[in-house]
Amino acid sequence: MPDAPGLELIAQELNEASDESVLGTYHEHGQACLIVNPQRILDVLRWLHGTPGQEYRFLSSLHGVDYLPAEPRFGVVYELLNMPRVERLRVRAAVADPGPDSLPELDSCVELFPTAEFQEREVYDFFGIVFRGHPDLRRILMPEDYVGWPQRRDFPVGGEPVIFTHNEREVPRWFE
Amino acid sequence: MEVRREKLRALSPLEEPSPPVELRVRQLRARDLLRGDLEGPELEKHVEESVLTTTLAKAVGWGRANSIFPATFGLACCAIEMMSIVSPRYDIARFGAENMRASPRQADMLILSGRVSIKMAPVVRRIYDQMLEPKWVIAMGACSSSGGMFANYAVVQGADKFMPVDIHVPGCPPRPEALVYGFNKLQRMILGNPEPGWRRRYNALGTEEWARAATGKASREEVDAYAAARELRTSHESARSRGSRRGRA
Repeated sequence: MPDAPGLELIAQELNEASDESVLGTYHEHGQACLIVNPQRILDVLRWLHGTPGQEYRFLSSLHGVDYLPAEPRFGVVYELLNMPRVERLRVRAAVADPGPDSLPELDSCVELFPTAEFQEREVYDFFGIVFRGHPDLRRILMPEDYVGWPQRRDFPVGGEPVIFTHNEREVPRWFE
Repeated sequence: MEVRREKLRALSPLEEPSPPVELRVRQLRARDLLRGDLEGPELEKHVEESVLTTTLAKAVGWGRANSIFPATFGLACCAIEMMSIVSPRYDIARFGAENMRASPRQADMLILSGRVSIKMAPVVRRIYDQMLEPKWVIAMGACSSSGGMFANYAVVQGADKFMPVDIHVPGCPPRPEALVYGFNKLQRMILGNPEPGWRRRYNALGTEEWARAATGKASREEVDAYAAARELRTSHESARSRGSRRGRA
């Protein structure tokens, strides 16, 4: 785990390597996180993957988050792991919502981490974040003809009311 | 050998097992019958005592109900409970359904054991379509009956949205005893003698949604079904007032 000064060093070196790539950092509960400009996410991951002394070669998880009232709205979180040193680093790409008519886009990291292929498909399936350069971007868990991005916060939960004795006067009489 | 018919008449077949000499008597009378030696009232009496008459539908239903082949098909956590019904502790072999077939072509009962997601629904429907007639379906647990706790975008809210279901077993998950009980109800359905369940307990037979003649929206078939349900109720009541089960042949 990089400690708080180590995290700042990483952020500084990243900003020197590619301009404006790190937007912020935080270090909480012993976990280090870099908040990254989504335009530069592939540069950041490549630097963390290949630079001697960093060598975060293992992507243990890739997932999406929807922080709806907040701006930028989406986050794509990469949990990186250096296996020899057992150090973990979290990288979060802060993805803005381009509006209801188009989908947010981000560079795919499949060339660096082959495991990201299915996980990026899952993020696309549930949040509608398009990964540029992904070899086979389609839905993975929901049916292929499904419409909508079900894990977004503004997506209705679904289901239907069950008739019990306490609400049978209120729910629609489905049998009539 | 002299045939002791007096003794035979006094002994009901449902009481104690006959001693060997009675068996010998019956054998001799059957031999007489085949030779053509039995005549008149003796022949009539022999036929009454030893021949069972029924309808073909009832006989076929009896055979079907007591030899059911369930499909080996588990959907979720309820499948663990479903697997244990064939174990010696619950032993559905007592009711003739212990042989889980690995192919839907050989099965005639499908147990929907768990939640059906909208991606799984076409698969389940296809398995159901592949089964040969006659076939029956038990929706086991809250999820396959109504969606259960999964009131969300991914799970079908009740398996009867896309396939016919005969029996719903409540529970989350149901105990294996509950599933065996549901299976016994299915057997009664196959025998043409369904258990009306809570409608009988609350004296509400004939109030089924499909049989509401009073709403004015019922079709001709629904009105007929309503009359049939009423008839079933009277027959059940008279069977109950007759009391003893032992008298039925």
